[in-house]
Amino acid sequence: MSVLDPVRDRFRALSTTIVPQAAELDPAGWDRLESIVEDALADRPPAVRRQLVVFIRLLDALPVFRWGRRFRSLDQRRRIRFLGGVQNARLFLVRRGFWGLRTLVYMGYYGRPESHEDVGYDARLRGWLEHPDAPAAARAATLAATDGPAGGAP
Amino acid sequence: MSRLAYDVVIIGSGAGGGTVAQELAPLVEQGKRVLVVEKGPRVDTHEMSGLELEMAGALYEDNGGFLTADGAMTLAFGRAYGGSTVVYTGTSLLAPSRVIEEWAVPGLDHGDLATRSERYAGENNVHLLEPPLVNDNNRLFVEGCEALGWDAEQFPINVKGCHGSSLCNLGCPNGAKMGTHQVQLPEAERRGVEVVTRAEAVRLDPDRRTVEVRVTGKRPGEKGRPGEWEPGDYTIEAGTVVAAGGSIGSSALLLRSGLGSALPRLGHGFTCHPAHILVAEHDRPITNDVGHPKSYYLDHWPQRYVLETCMYFPFITAKNLTGFGPAHSRLMRAFPRLQMILVLALDRAVPENRIEVDDQGGPVVHYTFTDPVIDALVAATRASARIFFAAGARRVHAPEAEPPLIEREDADRVDALITRDHFLPGRISISAAHLMGGCGMGRDATDSVTDARGRVHGLPWLRVADSSLFPDALEINPYLTIMGLADRVAEGIRDDMAA
Repeated sequence: MSVLDPVRDRFRALSTTIVPQAAELDPAGWDRLESIVEDALADRPPAVRRQLVVFIRLLDALPVFRWGRRFRSLDQRRRIRFLGGVQNARLFLVRRGFWGLRTLVYMGYYGRPESHEDVGYDARLRGWLEHPDAPAAARAATLAATDGPAGGAP
Repeated sequence: MSRLAYDVVIIGSGAGGGTVAQELAPLVEQGKRVLVVEKGPRVDTHEMSGLELEMAGALYEDNGGFLTADGAMTLAFGRAYGGSTVVYTGTSLLAPSRVIEEWAVPGLDHGDLATRSERYAGENNVHLLEPPLVNDNNRLFVEGCEALGWDAEQFPINVKGCHGSSLCNLGCPNGAKMGTHQVQLPEAERRGVEVVTRAEAVRLDPDRRTVEVRVTGKRPGEKGRPGEWEPGDYTIEAGTVVAAGGSIGSSALLLRSGLGSALPRLGHGFTCHPAHILVAEHDRPITNDVGHPKSYYLDHWPQRYVLETCMYFPFITAKNLTGFGPAHSRLMRAFPRLQMILVLALDRAVPENRIEVDDQGGPVVHYTFTDPVIDALVAATRASARIFFAAGARRVHAPEAEPPLIEREDADRVDALITRDHFLPGRISISAAHLMGGCGMGRDATDSVTDARGRVHGLPWLRVADSSLFPDALEINPYLTIMGLADRVAEGIRDDMAA
C-alpha cells in the first residue's frame, strides 16, 4: 500500500523546495523518485510511516498560522524560509523529522542514476582505465598493477 | 525444525568470523566440523554494480542507515559474506600501543596483538598506494596539511589489482579489496569449513548449548547467490560457539539469549567514532570520483579527532550536506570540483552509550553526543576548513556553521564561524562505521563480558571475536586489530580442543 498516496501533492511541494530541480522531472521521473521513497519506507515499521504522513500534513498546514496559506500555496521564497525554520527548530523531534524527510527526498532524487549527469558524478567500474579525466600515468600504473582492462581480480 | 551438530559454530563472517574460520580450518582436517553462519548474502564481484542504493541494499544492514534510538546518528555496518570487510575502504592500521595500554586488559599485550595483526596485513597485501594512483582529492589534502605544517600520513591499504573505481564502500567491482570474502573465507572453505549465508543466528540456548538459526530464501531481484541451506529454522548443537557478528550483532545476540543478568556489562562500552563529511568547492575540476577514495589521514589524537580523506556518492553526499534548496543544489552540481574530508571524533565509553534489545530482540543503540565529542567535531571541522582553504578551495561547507557555506574571503574567521552553538543533532548528519564495544574484554563479569581471549565469563564454550571486544574506542580504523584479536580467540579454541 502506498504511503505517499494520501499526501502526494504535499510531498511533491516539499520535494521541489528541498531539491528545486525536481520540479523539472517528468511523470516517469516522479514515479522513479517516489518508488525509491516507497521502497525505503516499506522496510520501516508502520508507526514510522504513519509519523511521516502526519509530519508532511503538519508541514503543509503550519504556514497557515503565519501567512494564511498552506505550504503548497506559498511562493518558493516563503517555502524556503519556512523549512529553514523547521530545520533549525528548537525541538529536536522537529529537526529530526525534517532530517528524515529531506533524507528521503535526497534518496529519491540523487539515488536515481539519471541524476548523476546533472551533478557531474562520473564514477566508472574500471576506474582509471575508463574515466575520461584519468591522467596517463594513472592509467599506466593501473595497467601495470592489473591484468589489463578486464583484469584485476586475484 | 532441522537439527544439526557441529564442533564449532562461528556467527558472522567479517574480519573476526572470517579470521577464526581460517584459523580453525586445520581442525576440519582432524575430523572436526566447523560452520560459519552469515546473515547476509554471498555477492560475487560481477554483481557489484557501483549503484548506490542497489549495493547499499545488498551489502548493508538497514541499507546502511541503521538509526540510533533517538534517530540522531546513522550506523553503517555490512551484512554479507565477508561482513563489513566487503564495504570498507581497506585502510589497514595497527592498534596504537597507548590505546592498548589504556585498555589495561589483563592478558592482552600490545606486542602480541601487533605481531598477529602484522601477519594479516601481509596476508591481505597491505601496502601504500603508488603515487600515480593518488587522485587530486587526496593530493589536495596532503598539500593543505603541508601548507599548515601538519603531517598527513598515508593509509596502508589492502588492495591487489585496484582499478581506482572509487566505489570501495559499495563493494569493489574489481575484486581488488582483500577482505575476508577474498582471502580468509575462501581459504577456510577450501579446507573444509562450511559457510551458510542468508542465515541469521536468532538465539543461543546456554543450557542446551545450541544455536537457533533462521535461513531465508533469496527474494526475486535480490543480489547474491541463493543460500546454501533450504529456507527454514534450524537448531544447531555446538561444542563451541564464536559470536562474531560485530559490535551490535554479537551484543544483541547475547542479550536476547538471556545472558544479560549474568553479564551486567553486556551491551555497555559502546563507542563508534562519530563522524561527518566536510565538502569544499575548488575553482577547477579535480579527480575525485576516480581513484582510491581514502589514501591519507591526519591523526590529532591529543585533540581527540582524526581527519580522513573520503569521497562519497551523490545520495550520501546530499544527505550529509546541511541544508536544502538552491544553495544545496548548487553545491551538488559542483560535484566535479568537490574535495571531501571525513572528520571522526575519538569518543570514549560512557554509561549512557550502550546496546540493548527491544521486545522483538532487535538491537537498539543508545548514543549521546558528550561535550568532548562535540568539541572534537568542532575542532576537527575548523582544522578541515583550514586544510581546504590552504589547498586553494573557493568555499567550504561546514555543518557547524550557520549558514554552512564559508567563503574564501572569510577563511581567517573559521574559529568564529564554526562553533558548537551550531551543532544541532537532527540538523547535522552524523554517521559512524567504526562500531565497537558491547562485549568488552576485562578481568571478570563485574567489569567486562569476556577475558582477554574472548571467552565469555562463566560460559567457557562461548567466545566473542569481533570489535565488540574493545573495552573502549580503538581510535583508528579497527579491522586489523579485530583480526589480531580473532587470531587469539582461534588459538584458544585450538588449545582447548588439543587439551
